[in-house]
Amino acid sequence: MTQNSISTMSVARAIATKDLRIEWRSKVLVNQVLPFAGIVMVLFAFALDNDGILQRVAPGLVWLAVLFSSLIIVQRTFAIESADNALDAIKVAGVSSAGVFLGKSVALAVQLLLFECVLVMLSLVLYQVQLSWGGAVLLVTVSVLANVGIATMGALYGGLGAAAKGRETLLPLLLLPAVAPVLIAATRATESAFGVSGATLGEGWPWVALLAVFGALFGFGGTLAFGVLTEE
Amino acid sequence: MNRFRLLPSPLDTPTGTRASRGLGIVVLLGLVMLTLLGLFFTDEDVVQGSTVRLMYIHVPTAWVAYLAFIVTAITSAMYMWGKQHSLTFDRIAGASAEVGVIFMGLCLVTGSLWGRITWGTYWQWDPRLTTTAFLFVTYVGYLAVRDLGGSHQQRAKRSAVVALLAVLEIPLVHFSVVLWRSLHQEASVLQPNGDVTMDGLMLFSLLFGVAVFTSLFAWMVLHRQRVLMLADAIDDGGLEAALQERRNEAN
Repeated sequence: MTQNSISTMSVARAIATKDLRIEWRSKVLVNQVLPFAGIVMVLFAFALDNDGILQRVAPGLVWLAVLFSSLIIVQRTFAIESADNALDAIKVAGVSSAGVFLGKSVALAVQLLLFECVLVMLSLVLYQVQLSWGGAVLLVTVSVLANVGIATMGALYGGLGAAAKGRETLLPLLLLPAVAPVLIAATRATESAFGVSGATLGEGWPWVALLAVFGALFGFGGTLAFGVLTEE
Repeated sequence: MNRFRLLPSPLDTPTGTRASRGLGIVVLLGLVMLTLLGLFFTDEDVVQGSTVRLMYIHVPTAWVAYLAFIVTAITSAMYMWGKQHSLTFDRIAGASAEVGVIFMGLCLVTGSLWGRITWGTYWQWDPRLTTTAFLFVTYVGYLAVRDLGGSHQQRAKRSAVVALLAVLEIPLVHFSVVLWRSLHQEASVLQPNGDVTMDGLMLFSLLFGVAVFTSLFAWMVLHRQRVLMLADAIDDGGLEAALQERRNEAN
């Protein structure tokens, strides 16, 4: 049992390190996906075309941009695996699928955190929202917990799409409805952090609880389900 | 295609039995009766007028849609945790989800039409409506997962896991939407009519509708599950026929 849990954790660490190292070296996220997210933020401003409205809906726009970017990041993280049938090789090697799932999720969560930092800073500049120190603490907590939810669901359904080769187009259909609670909770909490729509800081914290429940539930469920979903 | 005819085709097996045909006839008569009750025998509502007649199909479609997803969840669990991993449970889950998606679509359409006349709008961001729409999309995704290909057991495992994940997702979606609306909207135009005393015949028609639609659901799932079984048998038969052909070539 002890040996199993150690091996799951070391698999998770190895997978997460590998994924992050690939991104660090290839710079695909920074050079291609991050500019995409930036363009989305600018396009939102074109579409809504009003400073007042932009400021009010800024929290939702930040999280929508995160969700859209997460689709690309998840597809990218599994494209690496399916390109050389690496996912099959990992399975043949007999390593714990829970470890693969946790590793993928951690790598995704770290990448998403980078995106959120940039997108929040962009919203401060482009949408003229304000962020207090208290708001920043709330926002960091929300981001970390929301990332757990998005990353675990992304790893789960991304793995499913990668295992059924060529069916990655299924990802948005499965992922977006599933992470709707994260979008709702993260947006409302961010409204409190930005202090828009008359939301106070205290109103944001209850949403953190919802994000924590979501993350815990699907972190646990995903650990059990990933092996079955990616089975050949 | 000729090589497939060398073996007895699963298509020679009919999907109907004496019992299922009997059920089909009962359902058909029930639907005729429900139409008469809904359109002619029941009175108009004091407030809603003839719009209330939509209720006789809207409520049963909603009931069947939710029932279908409960059946899908239970049979998926029975497949996953059953010792045999019986594909019958998987096919019932799939058939039930297909029927459920159709009824949920009908439920959303009839509800929108009713809403347009009663509330003046096709859509309200009410938690129940929003959750129903999410459920619809989630099960469309479930059906897409069933269609991913691979072996029958692979399909069964994948889709069972997705169905069970949906069981976790839906309460969270509902809860978050309830919280979301509670912050933004006071009790809206949507006041359920449950507190209005309902005329005896109207209540009977409503319950009769639920019973008829439940029987219709049972009939559809029964046949669809048999069709899925035949489709699986054709898949297996096709493989066997191909193997037989290669063996013949070798001889």
